[in-house]
Amino acid sequence: MLYRESGQFKTTYAADQQLFPIRQDRYAIGLLLAVAFVVIPLFASSYWLTALLIPFLVFALATLGLNILTGYAGQLSLGTAAFMAVGAVAAYNFQLRIPGMPILVSFILGGLTAALIGIAFGLPSLRIKGFYLAVATLAAQFFIPWLLVKVSWFSNNSASGVITAQPIEILGFAFDSPPRKYLLVLTIVALMALAAKNMVRSSIGRAWMAVRDMDVAAEVIGIRIMRTKLIAFAVSSFYCGVAGALYAFAYLGSVEPDGFNLDLSFRILFMVIIGGAGSILGSFLGAAFITLLPIFLDVLLTEGAAALNLNLPSGMTSMAQLVVFGALIIFFLIVEPHGLARLWQILKEKLRLWPFPH
Amino acid sequence: MQFFFEVLIGGLLAGVMYSLVALGFVLIYKASGVFNFAQGGMVFFAALTFVGLQEKTGMPFWVLIAATLAVMVVLGIVIERVVLRPLVNQPQITLFMATIGLAFFIEGLAQIIWGTEVRRLDLGLQDEPIGALMDQFGILVSKFDLIAALVAGILVAVLAVFFNKTRIGRALRAVADDHQAALAVGIPLKQIWAIVWSVAGFVALVAGLLWGARNGVQFALTFVALKALPVLILGGFESILGAIVGGLIIGAAEKLAEVYLGPHLGGGIEGWFAYMLALLFLLVRPEGLFGEKHIDRV
Repeated sequence: MLYRESGQFKTTYAADQQLFPIRQDRYAIGLLLAVAFVVIPLFASSYWLTALLIPFLVFALATLGLNILTGYAGQLSLGTAAFMAVGAVAAYNFQLRIPGMPILVSFILGGLTAALIGIAFGLPSLRIKGFYLAVATLAAQFFIPWLLVKVSWFSNNSASGVITAQPIEILGFAFDSPPRKYLLVLTIVALMALAAKNMVRSSIGRAWMAVRDMDVAAEVIGIRIMRTKLIAFAVSSFYCGVAGALYAFAYLGSVEPDGFNLDLSFRILFMVIIGGAGSILGSFLGAAFITLLPIFLDVLLTEGAAALNLNLPSGMTSMAQLVVFGALIIFFLIVEPHGLARLWQILKEKLRLWPFPH
Repeated sequence: MQFFFEVLIGGLLAGVMYSLVALGFVLIYKASGVFNFAQGGMVFFAALTFVGLQEKTGMPFWVLIAATLAVMVVLGIVIERVVLRPLVNQPQITLFMATIGLAFFIEGLAQIIWGTEVRRLDLGLQDEPIGALMDQFGILVSKFDLIAALVAGILVAVLAVFFNKTRIGRALRAVADDHQAALAVGIPLKQIWAIVWSVAGFVALVAGLLWGARNGVQFALTFVALKALPVLILGGFESILGAIVGGLIIGAAEKLAEVYLGPHLGGGIEGWFAYMLALLFLLVRPEGLFGEKHIDRV
């Protein structure tokens, strides 16, 4: 009744090709953005902003990056965290070594550096695929953090490679409080999500999907595989690099390269799988789910143990997390391989017919 | 020169351990085309179950082995039933991601049951240099490593006989070759998969015991198991021989690199050297030393 596109006629090509062709979708997105930009900074507590919303947005950006590579171009990567580390450290160094460098330019350059490294580690993808590629990206995952710790120049000679991000200041305006940092991250993430949404329906996005679905066939119809795959690696690493820079600058403040470990890479891969591979919306849903789940489990276990007067051994919650993550991954792959995004789509289709399904 | 040989032998013996883990990967890959990322988790699970049972019950060694083996077989059958059967005919990459989830599940489950602390695993083998070799050539070779190599050798021989001479082994090879054809001649695919996962569980048990006795039973075991991946890249995914040779090469190259290259690069290169070696190798010969070459057609 409410969600129905009848009566919405498209009279121009522009109207036909717009990003959200259904009017209700446009209103919903507008409302969501208004809440995110205006209501949340005004009313959310700083715990909510720093512990939940900023990490959610940063992870959503990284998930977007991996989703472009894995979900759209079909190249599995287990090195996401390493590319985030490159972005973070590169942005830090541009900021440190070039006086008067605008911070946004540092973020972009950090992303571009990550893109270059991504291309380098994407080169083997031209000859191999599937889990062979996973091993190749594992090389990046183990090599890059090691390099960043060993070469102390990267961290300005700090012990164990810890970098302390510089304060964020744009045109004399300091982004120092949680709501301001949140707004900055939100703006960047929203713009990059918009770019991604447009990219995946452009010719390059279609080329990615063709390569994903069957690379030999894609080559036969004239898609240049090498160029397509490398662009996927570059764009994906760019997103991850910017996410890494935001992770360091807006979320944690100081990070060590060892923090960008295999665990983080897996976590982002899980966000892609659970959210929905090959979906921009899914990246956000997956990131929200995986960010919230540990907190939810933690509360559930502590409350549950307190209610039952049980004495849980230490480390129980993190173990329970492993089990739940693992079980969820298997569950989603079996029951709904397209993740939460697909569930949302089904819901929308049901809504179109509601309340008269026949 | 003496030092070089000592490092080389040490590396080769460490490589035997990698081979043991890699063997489990190859078995499952050959029979079901699934790249089982959870093999490391199974190694960890087996070792932890063994130690846990030892602490709780104090059963004699062989009973413990049998009990743990039973647990691993049950685990293998449950995995086949719950995870693999619903995912039949899915793309390989989906199966691979499912085994990543499986790895998390098994690792978490093992620690929920048996606790998270680092355990010592005592097999009654001394980790001391062999006197005769020490006196004659001045080369340090640990008795433990040598026995581990021996066990690995026996295991490979047993598996080779099992694969080539028995009825089930022939069925396994048929399934590996072509699922459809194997089904058509009446080989029960589901049973075969359950058997393969059980055998992989057995290999995981052997690897877990040896690794655990060497480094203690702890979560880090799962990372060591990841080293089996470059071993497979080098040796080829379909070849048991490849797993052995690849393991030896990786083990030796890693130790030599750590000793001779390490000081120039600031040390700690063992963490990534195997992966970079595999990465370079992929560029030259993607199918591995003994793997089958695949040709794609539209």
